[in-house]
Amino acid sequence: MGSLDRIGGVYLLPVILALIAFVFIGQPSSWATLTVAGLSMGMMIFLMASGLSLIFGLMDVLNFGHSAFVSFGAFIAATVLAALGGWLVADSAFLNIAALFAAIGAATAFGAVAGWAFERVIVKPVYKDHLRQILITMGALIVAEQLILAIWGGVPIQVQRPAILTGSIILGDVSIEIYRVFAFLLGLAVYVGLYLVLNRTRLGLLIRAGVENREMVEALGFRIDRLFVGVFMAGSALAAMGGSMWAGYQGLITPAIGGELMILVFIVVIIGGLGSIQGSLLGAILVGLMANYVAFLAPKLSLASNMLLMMAILLWRPYGLKPAAKG
Amino acid sequence: MTAILRLDDVHTDIGQYHVLHGVSFDVPEGGVHVLLGRNGAGKTTTLRTVMGLWRARKGAIVFRHHDITAMRTPDIARLGIAYVPENMGIFGGLTVEENMRLASASGEFDKDRLARIFSIFPAMQKFWTNQAYALSGGQKQMLAISRAIIEKRDLILIDEPTKGLAPSIIRNMIDAFREIGTETTILLVEQNFHFAKALGRGVGVIEDGRIVHKGQMADLAADADLQTRLLSLTAEAH
Ligand SMILES: Nc1ncnc2c1ncn2[C@@H]1O[C@H](COP(=O)(O)OP(=O)(O)OP(=O)(O)O)[C@@H](O)[C@H]1O
Ligand SMILES: [Mg+2]
Repeated sequence: MGSLDRIGGVYLLPVILALIAFVFIGQPSSWATLTVAGLSMGMMIFLMASGLSLIFGLMDVLNFGHSAFVSFGAFIAATVLAALGGWLVADSAFLNIAALFAAIGAATAFGAVAGWAFERVIVKPVYKDHLRQILITMGALIVAEQLILAIWGGVPIQVQRPAILTGSIILGDVSIEIYRVFAFLLGLAVYVGLYLVLNRTRLGLLIRAGVENREMVEALGFRIDRLFVGVFMAGSALAAMGGSMWAGYQGLITPAIGGELMILVFIVVIIGGLGSIQGSLLGAILVGLMANYVAFLAPKLSLASNMLLMMAILLWRPYGLKPAAKG
Repeated sequence: MTAILRLDDVHTDIGQYHVLHGVSFDVPEGGVHVLLGRNGAGKTTTLRTVMGLWRARKGAIVFRHHDITAMRTPDIARLGIAYVPENMGIFGGLTVEENMRLASASGEFDKDRLARIFSIFPAMQKFWTNQAYALSGGQKQMLAISRAIIEKRDLILIDEPTKGLAPSIIRNMIDAFREIGTETTILLVEQNFHFAKALGRGVGVIEDGRIVHKGQMADLAADADLQTRLLSLTAEAH
């Protein structure tokens, strides 16, 4: 392990994966396009996974309802974008961006408020009881999916993208979708923000300590339950933000969107290690790259490849790549 | 003499097990007071019940004039009680400094207190910016104790601080506790009778979740028969 750590440790894995893919794919332009797609997909999955990882890390709460926030985020964003359709096609970059931010903002705000209600009403009564957590959050997920069906109907909904983010940048013979670059940059900004809060503020210090040893944080005089509500709201808001980004990325959404993504999100949280956002980022990038490379090389194996990746990593590191220390 | 902490007929269940069967004792203000007892006697459970980490099913726990029996752990801590658990409760992923920062109410350090901690435990200064998981067992124990004294506290509950420590470190700990005990009250849980004897003013002995002896440490230390009866101590252990 020592020598691996010296040259970047587990953070080197995405680079190794990209190099292996390069050999198999053979064409540099396809490889570059797939790599950009993988990175942007990874960043969107990161938005969805980071909250789940912190929620589990801090309170050992298994929230199977997390994907409901992803779905709602996607549908709310689609609705806002449709309502502001005029702005999207306007010949003004400002209106384009305003519509996009209104959509992402609405989804994120909804995620925070709904997350608060979800935590207080559904999760709080079942702290420390995993079986009931699974049952009640799965029940809530079913209710949420029915709500989406009732509000938006079962037919797939077309999602519009702002004019300024449609199309591609052509660099040589590599074509890069602008929306993907935007998704990547937004995810990166969120990661940096989370990193700074966790590592440079007292609130972040409390969260990191709470992930390690909840009881001791309480014995030092801090209300962990209040901290947890805040983390739950932030995690739900990020999931909704991820859903809103994913909606624009896919262009067509169905009520099953959250459930489909959740498999990848769980894989990310497991291979990244619970309770750490560095782990979630690393896991998300790996999963995003793997999904895109394999979809190109052997389309039928795309999801299976990520399952295999998870198994391989767990055999090597049973607690994931970058788990938070447990006290 | 007024008691800073009073337990009156405290019963605690853990799951379906009835662990404390009516524990009653007073901790007078000032100095080090010791709770002794064999493995599994209920010492840790007693401290955890005081901290609100287990709930007393029956009985009362009073700290100064506050009834803390049903209070939440953070509120109990904020009354001025610090807790050094048996497993030390160190945050391994945090640095020594961050561990200490969390324990100070404002997040800032009182320079004099910090200087004193560094003089008692020089290792804390040396490893200030290191992650705590890399400390040795003894150093972790020092960090756990430093955390408890970085703020002025009225009462410190400490669970077996000598566990796994080398004799030379235990001698340092005795000096450290003497000094800490001059400005605050310590309720110390111990198995190491030599350590307890060197520090304790008052002593209680717990057995099967009940207090079976209360008195002055000096009296217990002088009475070999009593020690044998209460603690199964053999002559060599003195
Ligand atoms: N989490 C738990 N679940 C079930 N029983 C427990 C638990 N913790 C303690 N007990 C039981 O309660 C009794 C008292 O335990 P406690 O930890 O208070 O003992 P102790 O005096 O601190 O012992 P030691 O000197 O070994 O630390 C023991 O019989 C123990 O088995
Ligand atoms: Mg114990």
